[in-house]
Amino acid sequence: MLKRIFAWLDERVGLTGIYKTVLDRKVPKVNWWFTLGSASLFIFILQSATGIFLSVYYVPSPDHAYDSIQYIMNEVAFGWLIRGIHHWGASLMVLVVFIHMLRTFYFAAYKYPREVTWVTGVVLLLATLGMGFTGYLLPWNQRSFFATTVGTEIPGTIPWIGPLIKRILRGGADLSALTLTRFFSAHIWFLPVLIIAMLGIHLYLIIRLGISAVPDRED
Amino acid sequence: MVKPPRLDRRQFVTLVTAVLGTLMGTVVGLPAIAYLISPALKRMKSEAWIPLGLLEKYPLGEPSLFSFTRSRVNGWEKTVNSYAVYVLHKSPSEVIVFSNLCTHLSCRVSWKVDLKEYVCPCHDGHFDINGNRTSGPPPRPLVTYQTKIEAGNLFIFMKEA
Repeated sequence: MLKRIFAWLDERVGLTGIYKTVLDRKVPKVNWWFTLGSASLFIFILQSATGIFLSVYYVPSPDHAYDSIQYIMNEVAFGWLIRGIHHWGASLMVLVVFIHMLRTFYFAAYKYPREVTWVTGVVLLLATLGMGFTGYLLPWNQRSFFATTVGTEIPGTIPWIGPLIKRILRGGADLSALTLTRFFSAHIWFLPVLIIAMLGIHLYLIIRLGISAVPDRED
Repeated sequence: MVKPPRLDRRQFVTLVTAVLGTLMGTVVGLPAIAYLISPALKRMKSEAWIPLGLLEKYPLGEPSLFSFTRSRVNGWEKTVNSYAVYVLHKSPSEVIVFSNLCTHLSCRVSWKVDLKEYVCPCHDGHFDINGNRTSGPPPRPLVTYQTKIEAGNLFIFMKEA
């Protein structure tokens, strides 16, 4: 029965074709360092899922941000788990994406014909850091408040345009409710949409070009 | 199906992936469901006797409205709910207190002096002075509260889920 349903769908949708193109690719003999891209993708999906769940209770307002997180941690069933995964996953994602970049760099995998993959990868790394930066403010506790004070003060020291950048990041002169809402918006919409778009190109190019081999002495 | 003597590499990987995937799915999936529904499962007891003041101050024979609020902590915020009841002081010793919630879909009914009826504005449900339905969609009479009188003061008993 299941087989017949599958055959029916496959004939119309081409599931086997997708499977063959996406997963049954020929790969050179590589090592464990080559799993970091998949690991990054997995953590991104994990962060997306836990993030969506957190948005059920989190309120991006100075009046309620802290209290709503206390509520998630202490009252909601498994709130501590969902937030814990999101919290630690965030650090892990930066780490894994960064090592993924180092591997690509040291194995020279960014060279022809994979330059575009590399460029989208750089955008993805920066967007990941942006996710870390914007997400850090959301608990609205002392640590996040002053981390963002410092983090927005730093671009403020750029000659000429610095003060303007600082004001744009903060949504005004002060770290306020406006900062919290724009960081929240960046964290759940702008950056994720950018990441998904870049991820689409990144993965398409990996499927199109195949992955690079470990370079040998001749290379 | 003929069983192979032992698992080959491909079967082993498939099996491990399936087992680990199911395990992780369960470990993450079940808490996720609990996470979503947990506020709905919390019930706070809020039974209480509500004082409505001196009984003798309520006019005889005509329903009068009494409003009050009760607050409750929901999540990280206090929610203040407004309630209103109709007190029908029938005789010096007899009193009936009605909830003003229509038994149809919980809109607020109000006493119309000219009609001598409670009227619900949402779907035109009508109740007579004793809370019995006279027309419209309501399935039941208006809800009455348990009452007690202590030192001339009227109390109603509120139970809530």
